[in-house]
Amino acid sequence: MAAPVNNKATDVIIVGGGLMGASTALFLRHRGRSVRLIERGLVGQQASGVNFGNIRRQGRRLDQLPLSNRARAIWQRLPELVGENCEYLCSGQLRVSYEAEGAQDLEAYAREAREYGLELEIIGPQSLRRRYPWLGHDIILGSLAPEDGHANPRLTAPAFGRAALKAGALIEENTEVQAIEKSGEDFQVQTVSGDSFRAPIVMLAAGAWAAPFADHFGEPIPLVSRGPQMGVTEPVPYRIKPSVGVKTRVPGETVYLRQVERGNIVFGGGMRNEVDLETNRVYPRPEYTLHQLPLLRRLMPGIEKLRIIRVWSGIEGYLPDDQPVMGPSDKVPGLYYAFGFSGAGFQIGPGVGDVMAELIATGASSTPIDSFHIRRFAATT
Amino acid sequence: MAQPNVVIIGAGPAGVRAAQTLVAAGLRPTVVDEGMRSGGQIYRRQPAGFKRPYQALYGFEAKKARAVHDTFDDLTTAIDYRPETLAWNIAGNTLHLVANNVADTLDFDALILATGATDRLLPVRGWTLPGCFSLGAAQIALKAQACAIGRRVVFLGTGPLLYLISYQYAKAGVDVAAVLDTSPFSGQLRALPLMASRPSLLAKGLYYRAQLMLRRIPVHSGVTPLQIEGESTVSAVRFRGATGGVKTISADAVGMGFHLRSETQLADLALCEFVFDETLSQWAPSADADGRSSIPGVYLAGDGVRILGADAAEITGELAALAALSDFEMPVSAHQVEILRHSRERMERFRRGLAMAFPWPALLARVVEDDVLLCRCEAITAGELRSSANCLGAPELNRSKALVRVGMGRCQGRYCGHAAAEVLAHTRGESLQDAGRLRGQGPVKPLSVNTRTGVR
Repeated sequence: MAAPVNNKATDVIIVGGGLMGASTALFLRHRGRSVRLIERGLVGQQASGVNFGNIRRQGRRLDQLPLSNRARAIWQRLPELVGENCEYLCSGQLRVSYEAEGAQDLEAYAREAREYGLELEIIGPQSLRRRYPWLGHDIILGSLAPEDGHANPRLTAPAFGRAALKAGALIEENTEVQAIEKSGEDFQVQTVSGDSFRAPIVMLAAGAWAAPFADHFGEPIPLVSRGPQMGVTEPVPYRIKPSVGVKTRVPGETVYLRQVERGNIVFGGGMRNEVDLETNRVYPRPEYTLHQLPLLRRLMPGIEKLRIIRVWSGIEGYLPDDQPVMGPSDKVPGLYYAFGFSGAGFQIGPGVGDVMAELIATGASSTPIDSFHIRRFAATT
Repeated sequence: MAQPNVVIIGAGPAGVRAAQTLVAAGLRPTVVDEGMRSGGQIYRRQPAGFKRPYQALYGFEAKKARAVHDTFDDLTTAIDYRPETLAWNIAGNTLHLVANNVADTLDFDALILATGATDRLLPVRGWTLPGCFSLGAAQIALKAQACAIGRRVVFLGTGPLLYLISYQYAKAGVDVAAVLDTSPFSGQLRALPLMASRPSLLAKGLYYRAQLMLRRIPVHSGVTPLQIEGESTVSAVRFRGATGGVKTISADAVGMGFHLRSETQLADLALCEFVFDETLSQWAPSADADGRSSIPGVYLAGDGVRILGADAAEITGELAALAALSDFEMPVSAHQVEILRHSRERMERFRRGLAMAFPWPALLARVVEDDVLLCRCEAITAGELRSSANCLGAPELNRSKALVRVGMGRCQGRYCGHAAAEVLAHTRGESLQDAGRLRGQGPVKPLSVNTRTGVR
């Protein structure tokens, strides 16, 4: 039934229906481009849907901040853009440290971030205790980003997907891409189910599954997959406004939590799980949950009275420098990349979509993204 | 090879018989059980110091209950028994336990899941009012604590438990205001030939009914429950009778249940394959005739895999243990296995009879009004679930969960999942099977953040 439409070419094909792909599809429609989004499962089912939900600029590499600032402006317009606010709360993000090194890192970051328009408030221990009496008492310093916050990842990418659909994007869910070939001016995108789609521009936004496609076009990348460990407690009255995270140089000792308005406390951090890219599943390791418990109790002692009702993980693509691959291919005209967000893509997601749509439509991005170019891996691989 | 490590989850009739079989073969299994004492739900024991006799507690089943209890008590030195212990997760061949907020792990060569069942529920307007209990809870209150859920109780639902518990309450002196069965009486007559495969069970069912009649307790078949009424607690039940008339019966408590559902989260976390069971319209872990799951080394027994009742649980517990022994290449009597399989098959026929006599009232779930709470933990209405399909495009239950939180709370969909699947399937105009099933996620039951490790 859908065959005639299937064979119709679009201006752009996006491979991968996470937050990057779905938001790019929406913003390409705003720029008048026809676009087809191909997603193996359902939109927003993988890393975009199962991450922690931080809407944070604080702590990002400085060269991500312009993109992050652009994304922040979009988060504030969500109801107008996608018809709902996706439980976005601009309630602040607080990073805290127990040790001198971590505190120094927080202070240094606050100084540097100011130049990028990110104002952070450094808070001493007495003031922290007064303002956030639920925090652990051995915290020596806090750094508050008052305009950061958190949102619900389960809702966000699907909302962008529906908005893109409403704006005229073609969305092919449950459709797995088998191969992408360039023939002449156009790309042919073959699906496992036997369909073939054509477009002069392809954007690869396939997250942890992107590497084989980039490799095929002569751009191998050292992308690895991991599943961060998340959990959620039963609900209690809403009191914890900012999203809170521990800044430490000790690997595996990071922990972060946020309370949603309906009361549950979502948490993550510590170890990352092995993933199975064949079955698209990651099974959260029970011992990683147990590892998180003392970290949680240290950060917020009162949490010990609560119970965990659910744990989960999801598959994310990481690059060795924890920076994404974003921008045009270095080798193939018409091919664009946006993947490998290394566990920190949620906040910048809508900004990535906006930038990629701009780049594809105009040939340039008004926001600097050069440090994310795939060519940085060309010399080393 | 060293003695294989076999872990049994559950100390109800299936778990007890599995343990007995393994001990008889010279093994020392570990039995992990959430309960304070063995017996499971059906043969639940009263707390220490309570002195009601077996006959008062278990009626016709007194002998069987005593046999299961005595068997287990005789085993305690031959097994590693872990009461009041929750198996909260499984990863590979490691079981994760928690007892008294202390976490522990247990590696196994074989795992026998005898995790039992809970009530299968569906939403009725007012079902979240205080005073509304599941049938199972009503029975536990009586059996374990000698308490009733109310002074004047309506029992509502369907299935053999409905009559058993109504009778037990009446016998205990509680004013049973009415028994409301959603199944039409005609279905029970139609199912008689199948149920005749277990004449003694059938006779008991008829006895309970007769006892209710003798006590002049109104029993209505083929009812449509309309509302559990009340302001801050249950005050009445309103229903439409089989002939169409609407009646209201005053009561201060309701016991409600629509037969049972298997507790399958551990099988799910062990990555066992699930199949759709047409007889009961629900998903169940697949198992061969002896209880082997799709995962080598994981065996399934009792009501946790198929709702066959307590007698069958004893048989399938023994079968699962024999299957494990046989897979360890230890001697097993083929004759014994044959006899057990044969008995099990007879109970399977009875199960099909029960499903015909007391069908899951799918229609009631499908037509539940938009403003009725469907997911109690997360306070999600049937209308919100429908909107996940109609407005948000959810094709199956896990997507609905992601988008509108149905089944996302403390119970992880154990109590709303079946009704939610019906509502979603009906909204989408698809089969129940297409609506899928909620994927299991750890912990099996809530885990305290105060759980400590390494302090055994």
